[in-house]
Amino acid sequence: MTKEKATSKKTEKVEAIVEKKVTKAVIMQGNEAVAKGALAAGCDFFAGYPITPSTEVAEILSNELPKIGGTFIQMEDEIASMCAIIGASLAGAKALTATSGPGFSLMQEAIGFAKITETPTVVVNVQRMGPSTGMPTSPGQGDIMQSRWGSHGDAPAIVLYPDSVKEAFQLTIRAFNLAEKYRSCVVLLMDEVLGHMREAVTLPDLSTVRVINRIKPTVPPQWYKHYDENQKYLSPIASFGEGYRFHVTGLTHDDHGFPTNKPNEAAKMMERLNKKIKHNIRDLVQIETEHMHEAKVAVFAAGIMGRASKEAVKMARAEGLKVGLLRPLTIWPFPDDAVTKMLKDVDAVVVPELNEGQLFHELERLVRERKDGSLHRLNRNDGTVITPAEILTKIKEVYNG
Amino acid sequence: MAKIPQRKIHDYLRHDKKFPHVWCAGCSNGIVLGAVIRAIDELKLNRDNIVMVSGIGCSSRMPVYVDFNTLHSLHGRAIAFATGVKMYKPGMKVIVITGDGDATAIGGNHFIHAARRNLDLTVVLLNNNIYGMTGGQYSPATPHGDKATTTPYGNIDPNFDICKLAIGAGASHVARTTAFHAIELQKQIKEALEHPGFSLVEAICACPVIYGRLNKKGDAPAMMRNMRDNSIPIKAAEKLPPEQVAGKILRGTFIKEVRAEYTDAYQKMMDQLSPKEGE
Ligand SMILES: Cc1ncc(C[n+]2csc(CCOP(=O)(O)OP(=O)(O)O)c2C)c(N)n1
Ligand code: SF4
Repeated sequence: MTKEKATSKKTEKVEAIVEKKVTKAVIMQGNEAVAKGALAAGCDFFAGYPITPSTEVAEILSNELPKIGGTFIQMEDEIASMCAIIGASLAGAKALTATSGPGFSLMQEAIGFAKITETPTVVVNVQRMGPSTGMPTSPGQGDIMQSRWGSHGDAPAIVLYPDSVKEAFQLTIRAFNLAEKYRSCVVLLMDEVLGHMREAVTLPDLSTVRVINRIKPTVPPQWYKHYDENQKYLSPIASFGEGYRFHVTGLTHDDHGFPTNKPNEAAKMMERLNKKIKHNIRDLVQIETEHMHEAKVAVFAAGIMGRASKEAVKMARAEGLKVGLLRPLTIWPFPDDAVTKMLKDVDAVVVPELNEGQLFHELERLVRERKDGSLHRLNRNDGTVITPAEILTKIKEVYNG
Repeated sequence: MAKIPQRKIHDYLRHDKKFPHVWCAGCSNGIVLGAVIRAIDELKLNRDNIVMVSGIGCSSRMPVYVDFNTLHSLHGRAIAFATGVKMYKPGMKVIVITGDGDATAIGGNHFIHAARRNLDLTVVLLNNNIYGMTGGQYSPATPHGDKATTTPYGNIDPNFDICKLAIGAGASHVARTTAFHAIELQKQIKEALEHPGFSLVEAICACPVIYGRLNKKGDAPAMMRNMRDNSIPIKAAEKLPPEQVAGKILRGTFIKEVRAEYTDAYQKMMDQLSPKEGE
């Protein structure tokens, strides 16, 4: 087979592509960092459909993938793109698609398929403002809940959310690693301004990048079960063409992958989907905190609003205010423990976001006790960002009760 | 009629796991499954190397019964999933099993674009003129005037000629026959499997339980007789006056051309990009 590529040779080529930028800082766009991160993680398949503000990811990978024996294909729509990456992943690929809100909506049914069939896939959604076509070149954080609940049927989600170009690179690698390890569809949410923002980044030496590959079966084909969970609810996965001849279906299935209507088998399947997240929450959840040990007021924000909040916290502290920051890098599963602790420790929490209050709902869910800190929303949903100065004003407003 | 090697078919089935099957008595789907298996057996294809991909529908239940790499995907999306498999592992034989609704309504976009790319997929489309799985609503292949549960006053939609649609979209190998002509079907599927490029075999099928009943087409044998009596080979049709051809099912291979295949084109592009050995 011509496409069976020598892995070592490929890594060299990827290094050559990413490496030029290793030692010194380079100016790079968020979308470019996503493409580079994907290559560093071993991505060898991309299927997508052009949409602002994510298109650069496709453009860059159309240039790079054919050079390293990878596959790039522009599909007829986003539904096809999502389906194609699932097919490729089942054949063994580390597969990616990138889109924005309208395309993300179209992908939802197939995202559910990737989840129920536990097929490693990565979806980048560079969010734009508004429902429908909205404002294609303006920021919005309206897809936070969609990335959690967008596909029907109540399956858990793994969603990462970077705040800088460098972190976009890192979290793209992590998205691939988690997809492979947890056999699921991992979503990387980006903000329009991050996708298109250029900043100086120093990328790590590729040899230091930790790349996780899916666990392969070690049993002979007649013993293979496509869903054979270990104590951590994770299972090995064979690829098409390796002699295992397994069945994949979006119907509820038994451990072999064959459809079933039996409630006990359906329950087992759903339990695995949920438990592999719940039992590995420490591995999945990543947060960043600043000055939380001595904070009276905290700011809770993700993505680009996390970035603005960091600046606001710095400004507040320069004025002598005891303010801290909690920024989730993993938004789903939600960092319940860290948030619960924050609510206990502080008097008030400010939640700036570019939507009508989506993360805010999650904090409300976690308020348990009277003496928990009070919650204060700060929303904007008009295609512009909330500035650090505006966040500072809000902090001051709530600071003295 | 040639003797059907039953034992051979049995060898290819997941008989210990997935039977009894879901299809109604008298349904043509099993005949098509038999033809697919016999064609594969004739070509001595390595089953580890075969991926059978389907969408959703009665016809799309087929992959679960056969001992290949099998992917029962989403309604309409079989070809999109298959595109991912084929593009990543071009060495694999990728067979798509789909229904008339699956391929030409919800999946119409993927169907025409895979044909346009001339991606080497073998698409076996089971056309029973109706949505079987959901209980008999009209499809883009339901003939004008026919009854379906959603056309209680008769179908006002014109229907697709699916082979013409595929040819128009750029498919390089297009054939049609009926489930009655099981041996011809086997031959067409075999040729399609051998063809390097996008190939379509449209198998006209009987759904006696729903389409047949709604349209008073009689029982399963009557519907089979109808396929025999109301179809003519393309060659024979060419010699007949148009009025004798009207309303008949044309059987045969409409187009068979070797054109640049998509995974080959991609490989060529990659070859040009990568430095030659020893450089
Ligand atoms: C997105 C989506 N829409 C609708 C359905 C319901 N549905 C299942 S099968 C089917 C029609 C199948 O008809 P066809 O493809 O002709 O196959 P047949 O059952 O006749 O073999 C429909 C509408 C679905 N499963 N998914
Ligand atoms: S409903 Fe029709 S197409 Fe479906 S299995 Fe029964 S006879 Fe076959």
